[in-house]
Amino acid sequence: MVYFLSNLVNGITLGSVYAMIALGYSMVYGIAKMLNFAHGDVIMVGAYVCFCAVQYWNLPPAAAVLVSMIVSTLLGVLIEGLAYRPLRQATSLAVLITAIGVSYLLQNLALLIWGATPVIFSSVVPDFKVRLLGGDLIITSAAIFTVLAAVAVMIALTLFVSRSRTGKAMRAVSEDRGAAELMGISVNRTISVTFAIGSALAAVAGVLLCSTYPTLTPTTGSLPGIKAFTAAVFGGIGSIPGAMLGGLLLGLIEIFGRSYISSELGDAIVFAVLIIVLLVRPTGLLGKPIREKV
Amino acid sequence: MSEGKEARPMLEVNDIHVFYGAIHAIKGISLKVDPGEIVTLIGANGAGKSTTLNTIAGLLRPRSGSVLFEGESLAHVPASKTVFRGMALCPEGRRIFQQMNVRDNLIMGGFSRPNAELEGSLENVYRYFPRLKERERQIAGTLSGGEQQMLAMARALMSKPKLMMLDEPSMGLAPILVEQIFDIIRELHAAGTTILLVEQNAQMALSIADRAYVLETGTISMSGEAKALLADDSVRKAYLGN
Repeated sequence: MVYFLSNLVNGITLGSVYAMIALGYSMVYGIAKMLNFAHGDVIMVGAYVCFCAVQYWNLPPAAAVLVSMIVSTLLGVLIEGLAYRPLRQATSLAVLITAIGVSYLLQNLALLIWGATPVIFSSVVPDFKVRLLGGDLIITSAAIFTVLAAVAVMIALTLFVSRSRTGKAMRAVSEDRGAAELMGISVNRTISVTFAIGSALAAVAGVLLCSTYPTLTPTTGSLPGIKAFTAAVFGGIGSIPGAMLGGLLLGLIEIFGRSYISSELGDAIVFAVLIIVLLVRPTGLLGKPIREKV
Repeated sequence: MSEGKEARPMLEVNDIHVFYGAIHAIKGISLKVDPGEIVTLIGANGAGKSTTLNTIAGLLRPRSGSVLFEGESLAHVPASKTVFRGMALCPEGRRIFQQMNVRDNLIMGGFSRPNAELEGSLENVYRYFPRLKERERQIAGTLSGGEQQMLAMARALMSKPKLMMLDEPSMGLAPILVEQIFDIIRELHAAGTTILLVEQNAQMALSIADRAYVLETGTISMSGEAKALLADDSVRKAYLGN
């Protein structure tokens, strides 16, 4: 029972991180209609910036997270403006290859700046543990903060997209770029805002990921990035609740797969489930079936 | 409105050429719309009517020629800025935001206007389209075809355009709805909006327009007073079916 519950807690924690990364993937896909494979590497940059802010600049944790979010946001907007915007009219394959190029660029820049030796990330959340069930079930503060952050992000983002003028403009661009332009909505500006939000979330995800799994290297972001992309597809890419649900389920499947089936096959199980879901529901769990326009 | 200014056309299109890749879709079209007019472009499918409107709105760029709105060139104005100048395009196929509700569609229509105007504009638009008020919270994709067309027009109206461009507003609608849509176009015109109307329903279009241009494979084959064209034998044969 305790074993099950502690796996459940771990699964939800990891899933919350995936969900926050998946949100960035999904929003960018929904609005810019492109897969930003460099998104995972923004996580890594966010974590490194936070690491430096704590280690070298002696900032308090909250300020370090804020600095990390700001740097990542600027990085996201910069990547979009320099690498993707010139390709707005290009084929999707050209954009995809560019995204992979940006991903390698970020990894290698990180290698130049921070080196290949893993650094040990010091957790940014206050260190305490909650003991339940007579002390058998231990929940770390990192897990609590991660889940709370994910819930807060989900609520804030849902409200933003459904209520605010900019959020509505994002939905309009996602549905029909030309019609949105006719309304006076600047597509470029909307896409920039989307990258800014996605990258800020990636920084938070990176910081929380490294608070639970503290080894940080220039490739730290790539596997969680791929898995979060999987989560976004799993939940229905382009859908905000879908990204949250997909991320959560993916984290649970991964942790339970590792614990109950095989610790070596954890990742394989994750991707096998994705394949099965896509065979049954090609648009993902919450994705809308694509209708032909008449 | 811009009454009282010198007799300058509201919209002037000078010898534009538009290409889709290698296809030469518009081969030198010139037209003008004066303040307060209803002007219509008629012609068969593929004649270039929608391409012309999309070019005026900035969604397409002419390879040569110019588009002037109130005397100013739109050559370097992106599509998302033309609406700020005072023109709105109600596009072919309506292109409403299907997954958003009616009210949010209208709010997007007013994106180019200050927030403070929003409630007043909504009220004004609901006066023309009371049906939309009843369906305010309904998801736009679930509206009937006629209601969707009304929403598309209402959405364009939210930007308070001086020039309203309508692309095939009667497409796919039952005759009684077509009548309603044209009644509303008349009302908008009476309220001071200049109208540029693209239609396949040449009979209806010519009956409300002041002037008309007939498009044929990317060029203007005829133009003149709408009444004169309505009486013209070749127009009657080609576009009015008698």
